[in-house]
Formats: sequence, structure tokens, C-alpha cells
Amino acid sequence: MNIETKNKTKEATQQTIKITGSEAIIRCLIAEGVDILYGYPGGAIMPVYDELYKFRDQIHHVLTRHEQGATHAAQGYARISGRVGVAMATSGPGATNLITGIADAQIDSTPLVCITGQVSSHLLGSDAFQETDIVGISTPVTKWNHQVTKASEIPEVIAKAFYIAKSGRPGPVLIDITKDAQFEEFDFSYKKCTGIRSYNPIPNIDIKLVEAAAELINNAKKPMIVWGQGIILGKAEDELKAVIEKAGIPAAWTILGASALPTSHPLNIGMVGMHGNYAPNKLTNECDVLIAIGMRFDDRVTGNLNTYAKQAKIIHFEIDPAEVDKNVKTDVAVLGDSKESLAALLPLLETKSHTAWLQEFKALYDIEFEKVIKDDLHPTKEGLTMGEVLNQINIETKGNAAIVSDVGQHQMIACRYSNFNITKSNITSGGLGTMGFALPAAIGAKMAAPQREVVAIIGDGGYQMTIQELGTIFQQKVPVKIVVLNNEFLGMVRQWQQLFFDKRYASTEMTNPDFVTIAKGYYIEAKRVKKREELADAVKEMIACKEAYFLEVCVEKEDNVFPMIPSGASVSDIRLS
Amino acid sequence: MHLQNRVWQSQSYLFCNIFSLLSFIKMDEQIKTFTISVYTENNIGLLNRISAIFQRRHINIESLTTSQSEIESVNRFVIVVNITEAQAKKIVKQIEKQVEAIRAYYHTDEETIYTESCMFKIKSVLLFEEPQIQNIIKDSNSQIVTVNKEFFVLEKSGRRHEIESLRRDLNVFGIMQFVRSGRISVTKSEMKITEMLKAFNNQ
Ligand SMILES: Cc1ncc(C[n+]2csc(CCOP(=O)(O)OP(=O)(O)O)c2C)c(N)n1
Repeated sequence: MNIETKNKTKEATQQTIKITGSEAIIRCLIAEGVDILYGYPGGAIMPVYDELYKFRDQIHHVLTRHEQGATHAAQGYARISGRVGVAMATSGPGATNLITGIADAQIDSTPLVCITGQVSSHLLGSDAFQETDIVGISTPVTKWNHQVTKASEIPEVIAKAFYIAKSGRPGPVLIDITKDAQFEEFDFSYKKCTGIRSYNPIPNIDIKLVEAAAELINNAKKPMIVWGQGIILGKAEDELKAVIEKAGIPAAWTILGASALPTSHPLNIGMVGMHGNYAPNKLTNECDVLIAIGMRFDDRVTGNLNTYAKQAKIIHFEIDPAEVDKNVKTDVAVLGDSKESLAALLPLLETKSHTAWLQEFKALYDIEFEKVIKDDLHPTKEGLTMGEVLNQINIETKGNAAIVSDVGQHQMIACRYSNFNITKSNITSGGLGTMGFALPAAIGAKMAAPQREVVAIIGDGGYQMTIQELGTIFQQKVPVKIVVLNNEFLGMVRQWQQLFFDKRYASTEMTNPDFVTIAKGYYIEAKRVKKREELADAVKEMIACKEAYFLEVCVEKEDNVFPMIPSGASVSDIRLS
Repeated sequence: MHLQNRVWQSQSYLFCNIFSLLSFIKMDEQIKTFTISVYTENNIGLLNRISAIFQRRHINIESLTTSQSEIESVNRFVIVVNITEAQAKKIVKQIEKQVEAIRAYYHTDEETIYTESCMFKIKSVLLFEEPQIQNIIKDSNSQIVTVNKEFFVLEKSGRRHEIESLRRDLNVFGIMQFVRSGRISVTKSEMKITEMLKAFNNQ
């Protein structure tokens, strides 16, 4: 949409006009700056789709092939752009199909507004055709939800939905709108929501606590930072970099924090957690001050809490009060927006460089390189490794691509080995671990940032959970690059079966279809690589391609991802093999 | 004998001290009765959201009462649970995280003034046949709400043990219906909700 029409819409929404509820929904979305939404029509949402048709030059609706795909696409859109993703579905099965994506967005703090149609209000509670209590069902996985039964409520509720979804710690919101409310006419005007009295999205920073944090940091001999997605959501990348550089603190990231600081930064010491890097995991139990920023001490990050950083003073910068002292008891907790908190911290920090301490990370990195990384990225054995594929992608994209990964071994490899130069470039399902996330999320990411190279890295298992979204890619001509790392196994589960269940491979072996033929069936250019000699050229060809491209790489069937912290073990018991 | 007694006393004194010291250290992890008070906007879905917070953590709600609060259009939930203080702290934060929850607090019994109320439906003939009942009513400070030919209804507010003792006393004669409400309570300390809401309005 060009700026002129945008302004016109703004004017139109400020005066009162008599329109239907469904037209109001579209006008509200346009007023909130929504240019693309993802969804799937059906009986209870048809009046809204009729309006989408009328407004199609102002707002682009993308028909996904499943409602789950619509939520993941909206998530991809939100994650790469920092804007609110929008998904739409009909009542009953349409609405329930949204739940996985909503739950994923809830645990990964992704701003989403989902709009569902509902049976007419006089039918509510009567078990009418395609009636389901979606407000009840979605309650535990939404930041807020609401059912609208009168058209006149629509503007205020949608304004609130966008405000809640994106403010403070973002999250998904679901608005359920009965069909009669969609048909009903009312006097429409739109005002954005700027505050809700019962909701305090950004706690005020207590400068005394920032000072206390600064003192601990200034006196630390072995400080270590672990940052999470809070840096990206708070747009605090520059502040993080400034803090790290001034105080000379080695900094590690959680899976969702990846890309907030370039991979190549000398103080970037890698990923923490179950399949994170050796040094930051080991040295979590050696540091004297642990500074957690915008992260929530997930169990995949901490391993056994009883042996997690017990020796360290813990500082927690966090926007959500409920996260403070939830899993790890803090010594100093600074509530507030990450950007503001770090900006307040910066001038209080002494300029330092902890050379010897940094050397400890380097030494452990060298061990990890010798024992794991070398063979992952530059294998000498016959079978292809996932790592070498990632390495090739790094070379071809020069680290400028957004990497959208699914869930499993390939995800850990993608997060470990991708080179990130640009923030918001690691789009993956962290908290929920939703297989099937990547393909639709890549669609949303590419549509929100058409100028970026978007590469989806997917396992042969997860790929088949949302493979039908190839139809969306084809119909919408979304030039995403799709890489399936095919090990003919549900690899991550197989790895656990090998390590902890005596190789009893219960239902993890996959007899797969011809993925190349399937992609070609959707008229998507496709290639399969089975040999190392073919890999570099194939990746080069894929990245050079201006359209969607599918690349299947047949990798070693029974490779494992290391390092690894077995579940229930301590971070310092991280295994290299 | 006298001496022995003193030794025993001082020993028990010592024990008491150790225990109270231990309990001081582990206070956070002792299961206690907490009253959780929540000020909320009126909202249909909120009850569901709040009860889900307890359900997810396998915490049994002993009682839950909602009503209008001292502030126009603001609701108050009074929830009684038996949990540790560490849990109470986390629960309160999870409740406050809900968009439509204005504030949540947790208090121990000592920090609140609380009461429950109950009703008994009893056959009217017993009033005449069993004169003892009249005394029970008088002694228990309960009130007769209504009487008709068939039954009378007795109402009482008070602490749980008072209500329980009344129920035991009346049970001897037969109770047609019994019902007890959840706890309602006010705190000894100030809540300052009005100031909070005013501050928002002046923003
Ligand atoms: C929807 C869903 N179902 C099940 C799982 C459990 N799970 C985690 S990883 C994994 C295997 C993934 O296999 P694949 O997609 O082939 O990737 P690989 O691990 O082989 O790279 C499974 C089944 C999950 N995360 N999500």
C-alpha cells in the first residue's frame, strides 16, 4: 500500500461512518498498519472475507493451506519485522487449528493478533454447527482473549488487542467475533489504544538497583552475560553491544537471543543450553557474576537448577516481573525495558577487559572445535553432515540470511553454526519446540522482509507436518529457500533413543516420499544432493535463484548433535561425545 | 521431681528454639494457609484465567469468592490456598501478569480479618420437640433467617471451627441442608488500589 492511500484510510477512520462489523474489522486492521494477514475462510468468518475482497488493494490476505500454517506465517512475519502478525480463521476446526501456533507465540513472546469467526450470538452454548469455545480453549495460551458479540465493541477490542499483543512482553491475543456482530451495522470510528489501567506493560526502572548491578559488575573478576530474546524484542542490540564492549564481558545467548549480536563479535562466546557451546555452559559454573538479560532461565538453558551457577551472584534484567526469581534466585533484579535498563547501566560501568577470563572461553572453544566443530563443518567421513550444509549456506549468504529452522537436530545445528550479521535473523520455535514451524514461518518472514534472503532449514520429519504450505509458496510466489536435511529419521528422538534407550528406535525411522518430485509438483524448482562434491554448487544455485527453491540434502542417518547436557544434568556436565 | 521437670522444660525450650530457627530458615517452603486477594476489572474470562494458574500448578483452591470491591466497577477475588510462601509469591506474580488483574496480594491468616458464613435448613418440629436446639442457637450466636411450618433456616458467620462445632451439634438432630461459603477477608494493611487507579487516570 502506498502512503497516500494509507493516509486516506486514516482520515476515513477518524470520522464516524455507518458500516458493518466485518468492514470495521478490516478498517481497524488497516488503521493498525496491517498490510498482510494469513488465514483460511469458512462459514463463520465469511462476512469478513467478503470485506477482505473489497479491500484487497489495501490489505493482502494470504491463503495458507492449514490454519496452523497461518499462525506460524504470522509468527515469522512478526519475528523478522518486530511488527504484529495477524492470522484469521473460521469457528470450530478453523479456530482449534490455530492453537499450536498461538501456544508457540505465547511461550516465545511473539506478538500475534488472531481473529476467529464464531457462530451467531443466539446460538452460543447450543452446540451449533462448528461452534467451539475457542475463548475457553485459548485462555491458557493467550496473553489476552475476548469474545465480541456486538459490532459496536469491535474497534475498541481490536485496538486493545494490538496494544496488548505488542506492548511490554509481547504475546498472542485472540479475538472471537460472532457472525451476527460481523453483519451488524454501527457508527464506526477508530482510536488506537494507548493504555489499560489494569495493565502495566513496562515496569519503571529502579535506578538504585541499576547502581547495585553496576557495582557487582564493576567488582567482578569473571563476569558473564547471558542474553535472550528480550534484547531483540526491546530493540536493545546497540545497548547490549555497548555494555559488553565497555565492560569487556564475554556474552552468550539463548536460542531465541541468537543474532542480536553478530556471530563474529569477539565477545560473543556462543549459545548456552542443552546443545549450546561448551565454553559458556561450562563456565556458567565458574563465573562470579552472571548477568541475565531478557531471558527466563528455561530448563533447556539451566539444566539442573540445583547445580546452576551456584557460585555466582545473579543479576537479572527483565521486563516481566513473573520471571524474576521464578527458576533462579537473583541477587539483583532490575525490572524494566531492556533498552532503557542497559542505557542506564552503561554510564555506571567501568571500562575493563577481562583478558585472562576470556582466554578460558577460548581454551574451551578450542577443545570443542577439535572434538566436535571440526568434524561437523569439515567432515572427512563419507556421509554428509548437517553442519557442512550450514557452513556452505554461510559462505553463500555471507551471513546475511535470516535462518528459519524447524525443530530437531537440524535446528540445533542451524542455531549453532549459522553466521548472523543482522539481528532478528534466527527464527525458530524455542519454547514450544513445534515441528512444522519452519516452512510457514519462512513464508511470513520472507513476505515481511522481501529484501532479505530467507533460508528455511527443516528436518524430513517436521517438513511433512506442514508440507502443504508449498501450495502457499507457489500461489503467492514467495521466493523462500527451503533446505531439507534428510536423515530418514526423527533424528533428535533417535539420538535420545540411542543414548538413553539402548538404541530401541521405536517409531523414529521414516520412509520418505520423493521430496523433489513433491516440490516440483508445486512447480517449485528442486534439487537433491547426495554427495559432498555436489553440495557447494547446489547451495550456490539455490541462493542465486530469484524464486522459491527446494534443496534436499541426504545427510548421514545416525549422526548425533554434540555438545549435549543430558536432561537433569548440570551445565558443567556437558558432554562432547 | 521438681528438678527433673525443669530439665525437661529447658530441653523442650531448646527444641522449640531449634525448630523455630529451622522454620525461620525454611519459612519459604512451609505449607501454610494463604489468602490471595485480587483486584480485577469485571471480565467474564478472568475467573478462568485465574483458576487456570492454580490448576496448572496442581494447587487445590480451598475456597474462592468474588464480589464487588470498595471501588466502583472493580471486582475482588478472595482465594484461599494451602501452599508455601515461595509458591504464593510466584502465583501472585502470575495473576498480576493477567491484563485485567489490577493487583494481587497474598496474606497469612494473622495479616487478615476473615470470616465464613453458613446456613442450616432444619425441620421446624425439632424446634419444639428438642428444646436443646434453642440453646444451641443462642450459644452459637447464630440467627434464624426464616421459619415456616416445615423448616427453619439458621445462619451463622464466624471462623471455620465455630461453624464446624455448630454443625456437629445440630447434626445430632438431623440437618436437611447445610452450606458454607468461602472465606471473605479484609487485610489489616492498606491496599492502595484507589491511589493506583487515580495515578493511571492522571497519566
Ligand atoms: C509437533 C511435535 N511433535 C513431536 C515433537 C518431538 N520431537 C522433537 S524433535 C523430533 C524429531 C524431528 O525430526 P526431524 O524433523 O526429521 O528433524 P531431525 O531431528 O532429524 O533433524 C520430534 C519428533 C515435536 N517437537 N513437535
